[in-house]
Amino acid sequence: MYTQGLLEAIPKAVSALEDSERMARFQARIDAEEKIEPKDWMPDAYRQTLIRQISQHAHSEIVGMLPEGNWISRAPSLLRKSILIAKVQDEGGHGAYLYSAAETLGIARSELIDQLLSGRAKYSSIFNYPTPSWADIAAIGWLVDGAAIMNQIPLCRCSYGPYARAMVRVCKEESFHQRQGYHAMLSLARGTPAQQRMAQDALNRWWWPALMMFGPPDTASQHTAVSVRWKIKRFTNDELRQKFVDFTVPQAQFLGLTLPDAQLQQAADGHYQIGPLDWSEFNAVLKGNGPCNAERIAERRAAHADGAWVRAAAIAHAAKRAARAVA
Amino acid sequence: MTSPQDWPLYEVFVRAKRGLDHKHVGSLHAADAAMAIEHARDLYTRRQEGVSLWVVKSSDIVASDPDDAQALFDPAEDKIYRHPTFYDIPKDVETL
Repeated sequence: MYTQGLLEAIPKAVSALEDSERMARFQARIDAEEKIEPKDWMPDAYRQTLIRQISQHAHSEIVGMLPEGNWISRAPSLLRKSILIAKVQDEGGHGAYLYSAAETLGIARSELIDQLLSGRAKYSSIFNYPTPSWADIAAIGWLVDGAAIMNQIPLCRCSYGPYARAMVRVCKEESFHQRQGYHAMLSLARGTPAQQRMAQDALNRWWWPALMMFGPPDTASQHTAVSVRWKIKRFTNDELRQKFVDFTVPQAQFLGLTLPDAQLQQAADGHYQIGPLDWSEFNAVLKGNGPCNAERIAERRAAHADGAWVRAAAIAHAAKRAARAVA
Repeated sequence: MTSPQDWPLYEVFVRAKRGLDHKHVGSLHAADAAMAIEHARDLYTRRQEGVSLWVVKSSDIVASDPDDAQALFDPAEDKIYRHPTFYDIPKDVETL
């Protein structure tokens, strides 16, 4: 999902048996559904996995502001503009909650930002797709945030306390994101023929990338076992993807739109079966060859550079205020 | 990796409504305490989550060590007589 880069970095896992007694206590605590807190002893692989996962999630929120921010100045009404500003501000906030959670594991914020800007860090592949029409903003809210919620709700029960608490806050806000997206999609689907075509076109382009947000099929996902044992992950990629499909197909039907999958059908057990996903595309985007990878990182770098004077000014202002307080 | 130009970390506490305690909600970076309050307002109270904010520099918090938890907290475990439910009182005695 937001942490797809983990695919490449499987922790050396339980080779880090620094202290078998502490390790046993750590695992017992997790098995008892107790949380691990920042100052607790934890195996290094647990710490490193969480730093990577939480920071990739944070980076995804930050980069996720870009495709939508693209439409703030062109939203079709003042209300839609207000909604979009609020949503993009939330994404920035989610990034900030998550960076803070990652920092409790002993990594500095500046190091995390540096990892993103230098291109060493991964973020969700979904944000490397372009948003050429207003309907894309509706589709992102409905599908991308919908898929995100599906993944994030189990993370509220993650074994690491600060991450779980940050996710509770994120999930509360995320529901607004999905509903405003569906609401905007509904307006288009009930609009003029041109608006309906716009909605269908956006659905055609976002459906498959949204399904790929859940990550590779379980048969190809290597790090699930350790993450499940440590209760960082509670459901497999395919389980979450299936749940999302089952929720979303009827929503598309209600809109009167067609999902771009000729093989889609409802099985006897009620679940919807989808056609095959094109993982070569997913892998290309993840490796940096998506439609907007270079643009997104360039934009983040520019934003960071353009904000340098603000960060410096705040430090200068704080120093001045402190000096006056002493005087 | 922290340079002098990095803003320090503050812990944020929010009072959800009058009559309740301030509760820890998370942390943020700010150049000083006054700006930390401004950032906390933007980050943690976008939906009327609070009526009052506290911020404190994370480095100023002194915390107990989890390794001392046994020594600190276990002695209370066998002092069950500190709880009212320890005492069996005949049910004829009322309002006790």
